[in-house]
Amino acid sequence: MMCLPLFALIGGLVVYPFVYSIYLSMLSRDMHRFIGLFNYQYLLTSDTFHLVIFQSVLFAVTAVFFKALIGFILAHVMHNIRGRDQRLWRGLLLVPWVIPPALSTLGWWWMIAGSYSAINWLLTAAGMQPVAWLALTGWARFWVIVVNVWFGAPFFMIMYLATLKSVPEQLYEAAAIDGATGIQKIRYVSLPLLQNVISITVLFSLIVTFANFDIVEILTAGAPANSTQVFATYAFQVGIGAGNIPMGSAVSLFIFPILAIFAIFILRGVNRRTREAI
Amino acid sequence: MAEVSVRKVVKVYEGGVQAVKGIDLEIADQEFVVLVGPSGCGKSTTLRMIAGLEEISGGEIWIGGDVVNDVPPRDRDIAMVFQNYALYPHMSVFDNMAFGLKLRKFPKDEIKRRVDEAARILDIGTLLDRKPKALSGGQRQRVAMGRAIVRNPKVFLFDEPLSNLDAKLRVQMRTEIKKVHQTVRTTTVYVTHDQIEAMTLADRVVVMNHGVIEQVGTPNDLYHHPATRFVAGFIGSPAMNFLPGRVEEAAGGGLTVRVNPATLLNVPEARRARYAVFKGKDMLLGVRPEHMFDYHEPDMKPGFARMDAMVDVVEPMGMETMVHFFVDGTPVCARCEPSTPAAPGQVLPLALDLNNMHLIDPASGLVV
Repeated sequence: MMCLPLFALIGGLVVYPFVYSIYLSMLSRDMHRFIGLFNYQYLLTSDTFHLVIFQSVLFAVTAVFFKALIGFILAHVMHNIRGRDQRLWRGLLLVPWVIPPALSTLGWWWMIAGSYSAINWLLTAAGMQPVAWLALTGWARFWVIVVNVWFGAPFFMIMYLATLKSVPEQLYEAAAIDGATGIQKIRYVSLPLLQNVISITVLFSLIVTFANFDIVEILTAGAPANSTQVFATYAFQVGIGAGNIPMGSAVSLFIFPILAIFAIFILRGVNRRTREAI
Repeated sequence: MAEVSVRKVVKVYEGGVQAVKGIDLEIADQEFVVLVGPSGCGKSTTLRMIAGLEEISGGEIWIGGDVVNDVPPRDRDIAMVFQNYALYPHMSVFDNMAFGLKLRKFPKDEIKRRVDEAARILDIGTLLDRKPKALSGGQRQRVAMGRAIVRNPKVFLFDEPLSNLDAKLRVQMRTEIKKVHQTVRTTTVYVTHDQIEAMTLADRVVVMNHGVIEQVGTPNDLYHHPATRFVAGFIGSPAMNFLPGRVEEAAGGGLTVRVNPATLLNVPEARRARYAVFKGKDMLLGVRPEHMFDYHEPDMKPGFARMDAMVDVVEPMGMETMVHFFVDGTPVCARCEPSTPAAPGQVLPLALDLNNMHLIDPASGLVV
């Protein structure tokens, strides 16, 4: 009885929307006819959707990898800065994460889009040709990932820094006496002790990055030629933009099995390490 | 194995706090030296400077004939056992012990031989596959020692290794550490705040206070011939009693110490010449609790004196009974027989063995 509000909350905010979107994805475009798995079948044979899957995986995996890598390096740098300086730098490095991404992405857009953007102005000033950063597939993909990494790396940094602070200093001292160099201390002490946090943050970030909408939508809106389109922007384009809500639902539901595969592998590792009493 | 030499070593922390104030210490090859003192006396800082975990603000540290001031810990060929063991939680016992050897690229069979040998010495052969979390405090302590032993370093450093163990296990592990040293004979520097640990383990004890060395000596030296009031009070449990008193000339050419208007204690003949120069001065009389015991007239010997005590607290310990009382407001403890008739609020006649007395100059703090 005491758990009823919780069940109601989960039922209303999780189960109902999920089941309803599955139901929606099985309707015809006019939403009057039940067509079973036709929308999924159509998507699986669509070249555009293949591109969306490729781009989503490329975007999420690359961005999460660099967010984790940069966060890990920054956390170690922060950990080795002492006293007030650490608080100052930590605060400054968290700024990208606390600015609403829609605003910061707009800032990035001003820096890179068009012939008169800040970066192109610099290139021109240096005697080089301006580049149509967001009109070229490779560069557009590059910048979408860069902005996502810029926005997300501070979260990784703060998670890793918090864990590093809980690692007893004497483990590093013991390693130093055992003969470890700085890199070996990271390899044999920090990394194994951060492994669970790394796994959980990577999984969390994969979920958020796969579902990312605002950065891609503001920066490129999927252009050029759908080459930066990810699940969320494509679902928006198909569902809201083109008015095919059932197809949009089907697109967004495709994230689920892909994330489930990542989640199974990552959580299996976390459980194994927890069982081994790390 | 190697000798360790600490020469005029100073440690000043940020903010100007001077933790170690120019100490000198020579530790011989194969010697077991214990640094002991209260919290903040600089003993751990000294050990960490020997290990290379703290930078030295001044002076020199030599290990095995080389100055190691600027040598990183990994190149000093030392091994250290930490208070909280500092075992790598994600590695098995075997891997913990083998880690230092693996980093030094020892062959696998040599690593296994060394780990097995250390495990045999420490009786942890059955624990090699376990993770540290699955070990008891005593077992973890053994693994930490094993990690040090396998390296066969020039010097072992122990930083309060028994502080996290319960009293019973601490006594057991103390014996184990002594046994290990008797087996491997590696030069050892051991830090503790527990003077019993220091006395039982050390070839020589270094007593530190406020960043300086108060006295260096064998446990017996420190116990029977303390150089300062601090050492006299720090070494020995329960601590030495200090009674303020005036040295006076007694009738017949003798010397007495007047500890209160009614109590005159005769200085034994053997010490009269030494103490004569302090005639008329206010001094501190130092007497250990074991040199204050139940008074039995027939057992009185030359150099013994009688003192009556108004008993405050009686602590039966089984093999002895501690009797606490006051002499002119100064708390005093006597070690009496288990059958002592002492009872709170009653007068107990005590015998003082002044052949073992110490006279301390309160101005300099030196035992004279």
